[in-house]
Amino acid sequence: MTDQPAEPTPDDAAAEAVHLPVPDDPILAGLAGAFPSVEFVSFSPAAGPQQDIAHVPAAVYPEFVAAARDSGFDAFVDLCGVDYLRRDPRFEIVVNLLSHERRQRLRIRVGVPGDVVASITQVFEGASFYEREAYDLFGIRFSGHPDLTRILLPDEWEGYPLRKDYSVGSVPVQFKEAHQAT
Amino acid sequence: MSDTPNLVTGDLEAPTIEAPHDASPPIESDSADRRRRVHDVWVAGTEEPEWVRQATDEGAQELLPDADEPALATQRGVVVSDDYVVDDDVDEEERQIINMGPQHPSTHGVLRLQLELEGETIRRVKPIIGYLHTGMEKTAETLTWLQGPTNVTRMDYLSPFHNELAYSLAVEQLLDVDIPPRAQAIRILMSELNRVSSHLLFLATQGMDIGAVSMMIYGWREREVCLAFFEKVTGLRMNHNYIRPGGVAADLPDGWEDDVEELLSVVPAGVSEYEELLNENPIFLDRTQGVGVITPEECKALGVTGPTARASGIDWDLRKVFPYSGIDAYEFDVPVGKHGDVFDRYIVRVKEVGQSLRIVRQVLETMPAGDYRTEDRKVTPPPRKRIDESMEALIHHFKIFTEGFKVSPGEVYQAVESPRGELGMYVVSTGGARPWRVHVRAPSFAHVQALPVMMTDSLVADIVATLASTDPVLGDVDR
Repeated sequence: MTDQPAEPTPDDAAAEAVHLPVPDDPILAGLAGAFPSVEFVSFSPAAGPQQDIAHVPAAVYPEFVAAARDSGFDAFVDLCGVDYLRRDPRFEIVVNLLSHERRQRLRIRVGVPGDVVASITQVFEGASFYEREAYDLFGIRFSGHPDLTRILLPDEWEGYPLRKDYSVGSVPVQFKEAHQAT
Repeated sequence: MSDTPNLVTGDLEAPTIEAPHDASPPIESDSADRRRRVHDVWVAGTEEPEWVRQATDEGAQELLPDADEPALATQRGVVVSDDYVVDDDVDEEERQIINMGPQHPSTHGVLRLQLELEGETIRRVKPIIGYLHTGMEKTAETLTWLQGPTNVTRMDYLSPFHNELAYSLAVEQLLDVDIPPRAQAIRILMSELNRVSSHLLFLATQGMDIGAVSMMIYGWREREVCLAFFEKVTGLRMNHNYIRPGGVAADLPDGWEDDVEELLSVVPAGVSEYEELLNENPIFLDRTQGVGVITPEECKALGVTGPTARASGIDWDLRKVFPYSGIDAYEFDVPVGKHGDVFDRYIVRVKEVGQSLRIVRQVLETMPAGDYRTEDRKVTPPPRKRIDESMEALIHHFKIFTEGFKVSPGEVYQAVESPRGELGMYVVSTGGARPWRVHVRAPSFAHVQALPVMMTDSLVADIVATLASTDPVLGDVDR
């Protein structure tokens, strides 16, 4: 068998990305002015549309999402958790928003201090199922979520399977004839 | 409820089967609540049970008690906009909770809906999912990049090509390889035919769920032509593992043009037959028009995409907006509805079949020659013959099939327009031979979440029509 994927290093995310103190996009520049602690990264991959990423501190996360919605990113697309095992903070929440009018995506990345982060169900109702999924599979708790229960796994399930320290498990192979072979 | 005697500790005698009948007024004037209680005999000393209408005894997955307001708003489907009038005169005692599924023929797999009914009216809906959860996102982390499509193709089992396409495009963005034009055209050909086969299945099941049973047979009949073509090209009818990072698994077989020509004549004939059968059928119109309405604002807030969003009037198709795999080279229109009801979702899908076949026709006429996969030897295994001649080819072959190729670190979100909506893959690579994280943004997951919005305050009979109209695939929801 081959080895597991390499541990991520903190500067993985910045590979080939362009850091801009103030984004040249007017909407993003407006958001950057309102939230000085948010760091914006934009890059254009060889194939596919330009990607705009906002690294948002957990303290201003719901406010930033609300401001992004009000400035045009009004369609909720996706929310998921990522476990960067030995990085601090360990967990990250990635939210994908979309502006139909401007044909632009905004990806919001939030490092989760500990395992609790504010819920954005008050901003986007559609985040409800996705936050439940992240809670179910990563054990990230969303404060303010109206009904934070397991969604995919049974209620009595122990552990959070998508965490990197949760084993995939194995079935022991039984060589029944092994003892007789001498 | 207050006037009902407590049968355990109340002032009546210990209940027997006969006693309540003697004590109570004639059964016609009895309330529904009381009539239910008459036949229950409680074990002495136990608490009076909470009535099921208040909460179900389902652990965490219960339909929450009436008082829990934020969660209640979700189940009532009023979180974005409250677009109905509550009839306050409805008798409280008419309320009951019904479980629909998980094994119900028209829940399209294993979806369970907890419904609170007031007579015939649905007041609250709670979708409960997870019955088909197999941990595919975890599995994806244990497979190499090249093995990935084998895994993801099984998620949305009605549109396997789109799963493979989204995954392959995401990996290729990180790999930074050029895909030959023929491979891109084959990908478009297969994924658009897949849209046709998926929509045909939708027409079949939608028809059957509403009561047009002959639609069930017709839809499957035309879908079979598509599946026969898939089998000829990929070897399998479903779960093809055909589109892979770097291109496709094999070139199209000899004579594929004739098969596509036949398909292009058989399917439109079938579809016009369905339209004749359904479009002006008064029963079908009664069952679908104005049923299960969702507004554009609700679509955006709840992540509803694809034909369901387009039926509400959102002119949004990822093939037009963020084109992938060279689909912007082909001409097609995006059908958009305006009412957001079951009928518009049906008609949008019927029109999409025609547009997809239009793309297939163009692909057939302009199929470029050349390689069907990239010639980058780090990604594509060498041809069998080369392994005997070249040491490097042998090494590349060995490395690809043992360790797998490595992908540069980074994160990428790649979405394609699957027959159900926006199918996105968020892939995190740390530079290894396996993904660090693969998250699948499944369209059906968001659609199941939006079911309360569409279903509440309609009639019980409309549940099945509404559910079928969002075309959920539970393999996609639970992954």
